[in-house]
Amino acid sequence: MAKRAAPEVNAGSMADIAFLLLIFFLVTTTIEKDKGLLRSLPPIDDSEVEPPIIKQKNLFTVLINRNNQLLVEEEQMELKDLRQAAIEFLDNGGGTNAAGESCDYCKGKRDESSSDHPDKAIISMKHDRETSYEKYIDVQNELVAAYNFLREREAKRLYGNLKQYRGTEKVYQAMLEEKEKNQFSKDTILNGRIETIKKLFPMKLSEAEPDKS
Amino acid sequence: MSKFKKGKQGDLPAISTASLPDIVFMLLFFFMVATVMRDSSLMIENRLPSADQVEKLKKDRTAFIYAGKPSAQFKQLGTEPVIQFNDKIIKVEEVQASVIAAQQELTEELQPKFVVGLKVDKDTHAGLVSDIKQELRQANTLKVMYIANARAE
Repeated sequence: MAKRAAPEVNAGSMADIAFLLLIFFLVTTTIEKDKGLLRSLPPIDDSEVEPPIIKQKNLFTVLINRNNQLLVEEEQMELKDLRQAAIEFLDNGGGTNAAGESCDYCKGKRDESSSDHPDKAIISMKHDRETSYEKYIDVQNELVAAYNFLREREAKRLYGNLKQYRGTEKVYQAMLEEKEKNQFSKDTILNGRIETIKKLFPMKLSEAEPDKS
Repeated sequence: MSKFKKGKQGDLPAISTASLPDIVFMLLFFFMVATVMRDSSLMIENRLPSADQVEKLKKDRTAFIYAGKPSAQFKQLGTEPVIQFNDKIIKVEEVQASVIAAQQELTEELQPKFVVGLKVDKDTHAGLVSDIKQELRQANTLKVMYIANARAE
């Protein structure tokens, strides 16, 4: 038999195969971005100034014991009810703030025995050293969620009719995302709006140090 | 009509695919550069808690502190939760110095915006976390982010 030359392998489809692989990896990889709850710690205060007296009704106490049980305002509570309880407390608006204004945007029960004004309402949280970190984050998450819920509601009320937010469910979040996107060009109107909302429900979440045992 | 058909049949010029490998390589390099490898190997267990009110973290201004129980191959460290910073296990008292050192490494305009990311295992007791926070207050690095897995609402 005569020796036949081996036919050349067509390499034209190599690029296709490479593309296929590339697209597969492109779709499956997620460039991981860490997310979390951003909080600020209080600065260390060495001054001997007497702390202002806070009325009991303006204080919403959350305790977590070593068995991860919640005690909210002297009553045991399940985690799923915490968010609603915190919202009701912050949104109560039973009295006036330091400037003597009553809370005209609050939609709460205006209960005399609950918080006066969102400006004055403070959530105080205390945990045991043996509390699990998971529970601690769960509680933090619920409390932050309460603030976010109220801020979202106010954002919708104040700015929900603007044309760029019409139809968006989460106006406040949309505003924050917009700020994030344009972080290099300062948008004073947008920043002003975000500040306005933050001021309506200022986050006053204090944490007590756990007792040393 | 037949004039047009003449000579035009069957010899479409082949599209040159010579540049395709270049394009593929370009994309490959992009992904090689964009993918971040884990920069410090963890010596501890690190299963993050989950939360739904999460915000994004800006990596350029963050230092991470890890905490959790030593993982299986580091049994000699004991079973109590420990703190890891970069590649080594540190004591609670060392947190302050380490964090300040990490802050110094940033560019000047980012230093005031420095954030400490706490990647803490969910089975750790919260007492350790409050010890770390106390140290951070002393270091005057007050912005803290509790890193958590995002969970759908």
